[in-house]
Amino acid sequence: MSEHSPQEIRAEALESLLVERGFLTGEDVDESIEVYSERVGPMNGARVVAKAWVDPDFRVRLLADATSAIEPFEFQGGEVQKLVVVENTPAVHNVVVCTLCSCYPWALLGLPPTWYKDPAYRSRIVREPRRVLVEFGLSVPDGKEVRVWDSSAEVRYLVLPERPAGTDDLDEAALAALVSREAMIGVAVL
Amino acid sequence: MTARDPSGQDSLLLDSQLAPPMANGEVLFDAPWQGRVFGMARVLAEAGYFTWDEFRAHLIREIGVWDRSASDTEYHYYDHFLAALQALIEEKQLLNPALLEDRVRTFADRPHGHDH
Repeated sequence: MSEHSPQEIRAEALESLLVERGFLTGEDVDESIEVYSERVGPMNGARVVAKAWVDPDFRVRLLADATSAIEPFEFQGGEVQKLVVVENTPAVHNVVVCTLCSCYPWALLGLPPTWYKDPAYRSRIVREPRRVLVEFGLSVPDGKEVRVWDSSAEVRYLVLPERPAGTDDLDEAALAALVSREAMIGVAVL
Repeated sequence: MTARDPSGQDSLLLDSQLAPPMANGEVLFDAPWQGRVFGMARVLAEAGYFTWDEFRAHLIREIGVWDRSASDTEYHYYDHFLAALQALIEEKQLLNPALLEDRVRTFADRPHGHDH
C-alpha cells in the first residue's frame, strides 16, 4: 500500500498512542475484531428463530422476554441486554431500523450491513416502508400491516419470520439454515 | 455509500449492497482501519474507560451533523465512527488532543511507500 487515507493515518496514530499509554494492546484490538467477524453473526439469530419454530414453549418465552430466553445460548457480542423479538404473522410484517445511528443486536446478527447504516435506509424505511421493501424485492400485500421498529439506545429488535410452508419434515438445524439475516431484520421473508 | 441528490431525495442502491443472506465471515469493513477503530472502541468500552451508551451518544451526534447538513458529500459511516471515538477519548481525557495531532502529522509525513 502506498497511499494512506487521512482516516487511516488518524486511526493508526490513535492506536499507537493508546498502546503507548497502556489503554489497550494491538492484540486486544485483533481479538475484538475476530469476535465480531467470526464468532457472532446471523447464524446465531437463525438458531434462535429455528428453535422458536419447533419449540412452542421457547417461542412464548422469546416473545415475552427475549433477553432471558436467549441466555442459555451464551452468545458473545452483546447488544442484547434489552432484546425484543417481534413476530411476523399473516396479518403483520415487521421491519427494524435504527434511525439515529446503527443500533443492532450484535450477538444475534453480528455487525450490521452497510445499507442498514446508510442515511437512505434510516430515513426512508420510516417514511415509506412499503416502497423501500419493494426495492429489497419484498412486496407486502395491501391488507397486511407493516410495523417499523426504531431501535433506541436501549432496545434491540429481531424479527421472527414466518416459518416457510413445506418445512414440516425439517429438523431444527435444517430450519436454521433457511433463515437469512435480511429476514431477521424484516427486509425479506422466507 | 449514499449521496444526497439535489432534489433532497436520497438515492437508494440497496440491491448492489445486499450481502449473501447467510454470509458469515463476510467483509465487514471496507478498509482495515475501520476494523481497528471499531476494535479500539470495543476494547476501551469493555475495559470501562467509557460505556457503550456514551460512545453511542457521540456517534449519534456525529451522524446527526451529517444528516442535518445540506452537504452533498458522500456518507461514510466509519468516518463518523472515528470522529465519535476521538471526541470521546478527548472528553474522557485519555489522550491529549495536541499529542494526537502531532502523531497524525508525524505519520502523514512518513516517506511515500512506508509500510509496516
